[in-house]
Amino acid sequence: MLKVRSLYASYGFVQALKGVSLHIKAGEIVALIGANGAGKTTLLNAISGLHPPIQGEIVFGGQDITGLPPEEIVHKGISQVPEGRQIFPRLSVMDNLLLGAYQRCKRGNREEIRQEMDTVFKIFPILAERRAQDAGTLSGGEQQMLAIGRGLMSRPKLLLLDEPSMGLAPKLAREIFHIIGSLRRAGTTVLLVEQNARAALKLADRGYVLETGKVILEGSAEDLMVNKEVQRAYIGKGYREVWEE
Amino acid sequence: MSIWNNDFECMSRDELEQLQLERLQATLHRAYKNVSFYHHLFNTIGLIPEDIRSLADLANIPFTTKGDLREAYPYGMFAVPLREVVRIHASSGTTGKPTVVGYTRGDLKVWSELTARVLAAGGVGKDDVVQIAFGYGLFTGAFGLHAGAERIGASVIPAGSGHSQRQIQIMQDFRTTSLVSTPSYALHLAETMTEMKVEPKSLHLRVGLFGAEPWSENMRKEIEERLGISATDNYGLSEIIGPGVAGECHEKSGLHIFEDHFYPEVIEPDTGRVLPPGLEGELILTTLTKEAFPLIRFRTGDITSLDYAPCPCGRTLVRMARVFGRTDDMLIIRGVNVFPSQIEQVLFEIEGTEPHYQLILDRKGSLDELEVWVEVTEAIFYDEMKRQRELVELIEDRLEATLGLHCRVKLVEPRSIHRSEGKAQRVIDRRKWK
Repeated sequence: MLKVRSLYASYGFVQALKGVSLHIKAGEIVALIGANGAGKTTLLNAISGLHPPIQGEIVFGGQDITGLPPEEIVHKGISQVPEGRQIFPRLSVMDNLLLGAYQRCKRGNREEIRQEMDTVFKIFPILAERRAQDAGTLSGGEQQMLAIGRGLMSRPKLLLLDEPSMGLAPKLAREIFHIIGSLRRAGTTVLLVEQNARAALKLADRGYVLETGKVILEGSAEDLMVNKEVQRAYIGKGYREVWEE
Repeated sequence: MSIWNNDFECMSRDELEQLQLERLQATLHRAYKNVSFYHHLFNTIGLIPEDIRSLADLANIPFTTKGDLREAYPYGMFAVPLREVVRIHASSGTTGKPTVVGYTRGDLKVWSELTARVLAAGGVGKDDVVQIAFGYGLFTGAFGLHAGAERIGASVIPAGSGHSQRQIQIMQDFRTTSLVSTPSYALHLAETMTEMKVEPKSLHLRVGLFGAEPWSENMRKEIEERLGISATDNYGLSEIIGPGVAGECHEKSGLHIFEDHFYPEVIEPDTGRVLPPGLEGELILTTLTKEAFPLIRFRTGDITSLDYAPCPCGRTLVRMARVFGRTDDMLIIRGVNVFPSQIEQVLFEIEGTEPHYQLILDRKGSLDELEVWVEVTEAIFYDEMKRQRELVELIEDRLEATLGLHCRVKLVEPRSIHRSEGKAQRVIDRRKWK
């Protein structure tokens, strides 16, 4: 469904992605794990068009989408749920959701949007309850649900999730992960960026380990979970062992 | 005959190439970071792993040779700390001194997956009784295929190498259905059966998986006829992983390389130039998933060619031709390049000879001399001199026509050439300058 080949991106002189290649098949949950600054968010932003790559190729559903503006990429079926939720606190829950369907509002078809919102409310009943409330009054977990719900409003084929468990209490994080699992069953493909590698790999089918802008490992989630290099990176210990000094 | 892993053995070329690129880049990054040899190699040529943006870019990286591995003896090429290595093997030492290879837990898992693919392609299933007649030790053959057979769920008999009479006893009593050995040892077992007056048809043998030395199509026919089995070829080398690099399917027209784990190229041995598919040259392999012992563009020394045409078996994996010989067992006799396998081919086509032969190389004055010792059948050996002389002339003529070189042929008694229980020693080189 998605193929990324040798992608390069930078901020000024700082290279954030150094030739990243990855792929996602329809119906998969793929986890991107790695330390802070490894380039995970940059990669999501490159795919969604928020931070166009300098070099490389992004092919989605057989079409080259490299360098397209974000709104066109959303229209092609990729939707991003940004890190830190980034909801609009002064707008109501409903309006926040409608913004997720902005592309489709422009194109008319309110009936479809209504249906989409019903689907989101089915996944997140709490949002239906609070539909008229200002989004800023929601709890952290509810805000994350709203952010995911907003992402779903464009009815994406591929959902890019950036750190959905960040700042959430363990119980809420579990709930969010549970919901992500149910999205897959509903037919949405997910690229998941997570600090919590263990939780992400438990949920995912496959994973990529990013280190300083490079993919150093690819494999099934099950294999990555027991990989020593992943454990090292996850635990954050230096690579060189004492005996190697 | 089943396909062990449909997802990977039958994936579209497009998907496969994407996966190969991803895994190649990850391997290069890890090798550069963790193996000082590769770190220096990249620095020397002024490249960093990021510069490899496509599979074709790989051609910009120099080869890794057996010599490089020897210099790194024992652990210099390892990409993980030793505490993460759970198995150590050493090369079977066809040439030179052995090299040490290591496996992480993940590597062992991949290895058993790959040998399971080989065995499944050769016709082994969970109901089979698999007799492994390879030596259990530093050599990778036995342990590799053993793990794959267990993974399939077959009943595995770790018979080990040698003790031919006992091997046959086991075959009878344990009702072995599948034999794993070298092809020359399979023939030796067939002979031993004749000596023991055991009729192969009375056994339960069904399939045989043979590897670890080059063999010919005629030898396959001979093994299949004498043992009454379907024989398939499989390929591997300890430096890369051991058995499990490639295996023949029931079509028996080339060995499928497991390209999701190894990236193959064929080069012209002298120039290092990558050859287009179909041309014969030296096989180069790059590991794509190895953790403990990644190798980039390793010169295998094996001569083969690649065929990307779809195989009727359904696998999309490239097929390598049966290994024709090694760049380093090529004999240069009076300036003529000779592969022992060429001589084997000639002998097979001649009635009255046995598939056992030895090449004796010597130097008389300044001229190389090749003497070919050929075992003949009992009937010929006790026949009159005239028929023997005719046979010698026939073999000499055919060899000269094939090799473009005159050699002396000596007929020897049946079973007089030393039988090896591992790889057959075909060549005895007595030339002084060697």
